[in-house]
Amino acid sequence: MPLLPDLFLTFFKIGLFTFGGGLAMIPFIENLCVEKKKWISHEEMMDITVIAESTPGPIAINCATYVGNKKAGILGALISTLGMVLPSFVIILVISTILDRYLEITWVAKAFMGIKIVVGILITNAGLTMLKKMKKKPLGIAFMLVSLVLMLAVNIFSINFSSVALIIITAILSLIIYAVRGRKGGAR
Amino acid sequence: MILLDLLIGFLRVGLFSFGGAYGAIPLIRDVVLEYGWLTDEQLSTMIAISESTPGPIMVNIATYVGSSQAGILGAAVATLAVITPAFVIVLLIMNILKNALKNEYVKAVLDGLKPCIIGIVLATGSYMVLENIVKKTESIVLDWKSLILSVVIVAIMIVYKMLTKKKISPILLIVIGAVCGVIVF
Repeated sequence: MPLLPDLFLTFFKIGLFTFGGGLAMIPFIENLCVEKKKWISHEEMMDITVIAESTPGPIAINCATYVGNKKAGILGALISTLGMVLPSFVIILVISTILDRYLEITWVAKAFMGIKIVVGILITNAGLTMLKKMKKKPLGIAFMLVSLVLMLAVNIFSINFSSVALIIITAILSLIIYAVRGRKGGAR
Repeated sequence: MILLDLLIGFLRVGLFSFGGAYGAIPLIRDVVLEYGWLTDEQLSTMIAISESTPGPIMVNIATYVGSSQAGILGAAVATLAVITPAFVIVLLIMNILKNALKNEYVKAVLDGLKPCIIGIVLATGSYMVLENIVKKTESIVLDWKSLILSVVIVAIMIVYKMLTKKKISPILLIVIGAVCGVIVF
């Protein structure tokens, strides 16, 4: 098969069969792009994982863009990314047109009341998993605790402060702290 | 106007969401509550649906919000907005800024951002749990059914992990939550 349709179909498949998103799809991408298609090497896959974790946006999009660009330049990146997104786009579009009607049914509404409890726990659990993997440096722990307490207060007291503002402030603070430590000649 | 709002709102999500799907949920929540696109109930429903359907959670939620606010065109705008920053940044890193991630200042910023994101995710998650259990009406009331159900769900997660040494799949947990919801409420 010519490369461009192959890229499209492969990422379409990845987009169609990976549930939950994020890091869950890395093994699937590795199986298809490294082992079956031999588009990228294992080292490059590691590289992708680092890029995906250090850049914003959906991890799947980072992967598709990387592989597509590697094999066929910007056009390849575009085609792989669109292939990746198309399945969920169509599925959610269909769901969105029928969802409201289903939510009016009493037992469906009750089911989603139960699901709402699970979702809160899933998010907390994801946070705890990230916390376990975090490098435990004093500065990092301080940033984590301040963010946690601040954002809890923002939510509980309905304070008008977005997490984007906190992210920008933290980025600037990290830069300043790094620059000051560097000037003192202190090793990190 | 709504298309412009969708574009700006989801560019914001795509540009600042470090740490994968769950790192993005607090940002998505900020945006959809701010514009009044979804309530907390609807957002939970969408997170559950996104977990149970294929594809990246950010993309799923963007498509849903776009579609419910402005039809198929809205869905396309919101979806493209949420993926564009990731697309552009990866291209930049691969073609122009090849050593960007090795730069010490970039590393310093990322080192600081990671714990900050973890704090934000923990705050959002625990607030959502709290919001289910404690109802703030005229006085503060404890919702016993939700409290018991929360304890049961956490217990199931812990027991499953002890027995199988694996994490329970989010989809299975969502199904369990749905069944319990129908029985309890």
